Amino acid sequence: MRWLMTFRIALRALARNKLRAFLTMLGIIIGVGAVIAMVAIGEGAKATIRSQISALGTNVLVILPGSNVQGGVRAGSGNRYTLLDSDARAMTRELRSVAYASPVLRRQEQVIAGNLNWGTLAQGVAPEFEQIRDWQIESGRFLHEGDMDSAAKVTVIGQTVARQLFGNDDPIDSVIRIRNIPFRVVGLLVGKGQTGHGQDQDDTVMVPYTTMQKRLMRITYVQSIVVRAISAEKVPEAQEQITLLLRQRHRIAEGREDDFTVRNLSDIAEAAQSTARVMAVLLGSVAGISLLVGGIGIMNIMLVSVTERTREIGIRMAVGARGRDIMLQFLVDAVVMAATGGGIGILLGIGSSEVLKLWANWPTLVSPSIVAVAFLFSGAVGVFFGFYPAKKAATLDPIEALRYE
Amino acid sequence: MSEVIHVENLFKTYRMGDVEVPALRGINLTVERGEFVAVMGASGSGKSTFMNILGCLDHPTSGKYFLEGEEVGSLSRNEWAHLRNKRIGFVFQGFNLLARTSALENVELPMMYNGYAGKQRHERAMEVLALVGLGNRVDHLPNQLSGGQQQRVAIARALVNKPSLILADEPTGNLDSATGGEIMGLFQRLNTDQGITIILVTHERDIAEYAKRQIVFRDGGVISDKSNNQVLVHLES
Repeated sequence: MRWLMTFRIALRALARNKLRAFLTMLGIIIGVGAVIAMVAIGEGAKATIRSQISALGTNVLVILPGSNVQGGVRAGSGNRYTLLDSDARAMTRELRSVAYASPVLRRQEQVIAGNLNWGTLAQGVAPEFEQIRDWQIESGRFLHEGDMDSAAKVTVIGQTVARQLFGNDDPIDSVIRIRNIPFRVVGLLVGKGQTGHGQDQDDTVMVPYTTMQKRLMRITYVQSIVVRAISAEKVPEAQEQITLLLRQRHRIAEGREDDFTVRNLSDIAEAAQSTARVMAVLLGSVAGISLLVGGIGIMNIMLVSVTERTREIGIRMAVGARGRDIMLQFLVDAVVMAATGGGIGILLGIGSSEVLKLWANWPTLVSPSIVAVAFLFSGAVGVFFGFYPAKKAATLDPIEALRYE
Repeated sequence: MSEVIHVENLFKTYRMGDVEVPALRGINLTVERGEFVAVMGASGSGKSTFMNILGCLDHPTSGKYFLEGEEVGSLSRNEWAHLRNKRIGFVFQGFNLLARTSALENVELPMMYNGYAGKQRHERAMEVLALVGLGNRVDHLPNQLSGGQQQRVAIARALVNKPSLILADEPTGNLDSATGGEIMGLFQRLNTDQGITIILVTHERDIAEYAKRQIVFRDGGVISDKSNNQVLVHLES
């Protein structure tokens, strides 16, 4: 009852001073709005980086054959013929941490279509390669299992190759020749752009790895195997399991060195993620400071308000308000202002991050948890910065307060 | 008749740095229920200090203050707030109404601090406003009312919780003599019709003439305490 009454008294006091209440709230509005928008920008950047890296292949592992050691000369990785396509199949079949695995064979080839030719990277891959590299098809289809079994003479080509050989024409169902063997173009890959090293990823043609092995390279082994772990967190586990599996399959005795190496890109991922984290913390703390400033604004106005309303406090005390009632009234005042400001700030923050998303095409992500935290925090700011002025009001001497002009 | 106020050997001393300033020097006084007392004296005579103690706003330095037989001079701030709410009604020289708050809400204010339900509060406030002759102006804000009307609102506020006593501190000080007379007439009517005990501070002799008993303060002591044989009666028109 008494609480409700105090609440009403406080609301009425705010309603009587709308402009001042609004100006006081402005600090909190901007503070909370900034927190929400900044964190949304930070989270959006983090999500973008995460997806870009996973497109790059954060959870991608590359298995290379071990180095050839001949008379103490170690020739570097990839020089032994120890990896087989069956190793790749075994990985998908037997390891739970592995989502996809594909053999990869690569060679620079001259590709001919009609009277045009172009030197490009030919890659022999399995259908899983599409998922592993997260590389979509723009038109046509990717290679499928049937192509592998029959060592079909089909190919999926990158944007650069399509442009060089077909210009603006549709390349699907055209025929290109590699080493005089005709390949039917079944798919066109979407553009992926350059790698970090300036290498054009779209300058490639993909053929079934079996075709690459049998018709183009005439080999039985594979040059490398790429693997996608089921998640970035599972990468270390996948790495361990692959090592165990391959040692077993290659019959490597205890204590002997691996005849392969497993590499991952998670270092890059970690670096990028931590950059995003630092950015989010930075943005968040800047916004947090503005919220603090907003709180100080509330305290400032509350102190002015206590002084200004000294006589009112005296009157209330004279007619029977206890210190507690007065304190509660001013505290509720501060909390209502802070919470209302917080509410408006939340709308402002969400609104501005939506505007950023729509107009500036900036990825933003408003998380409900930060909205809740910002709201509770603004309420807490009200209590914290309202406490001192409220306490001051409550301990006024009624005689002095009544005499105050 | 029962005692509303009884003070024994009341002393109050203020400290101004190292100097002790005596404001009250041993007051002994009793006010019975239904009395109408005027307290007079020059400024600095101690009458305001005395009223503050009677109003449970200030502690006496020594001595005892009984309000309706209960020793209240040494109670806590919260207990005093409760007493002021329930048993004492204040009327001030400067009216002391809440600005931008209607007459009705001003009168309801004391009831907000003792848990009356909204409907009860409203009815009681309307009742006292009618009693002071403002039944048709309940929704007016203080600045829409004349001085005399504002003081009537203040009196209604003082009456609303049915106090044992009304303390009026120069209630006519800000009013012209005609309006002042009307207010004094209202006090008289409340005193005779409702039997409300009134203690009124004034430095105007003709205002004091409306009271049944006159007490004069000087230098922190009572120098004269007599009943008024020729009470001035305000003729209500």
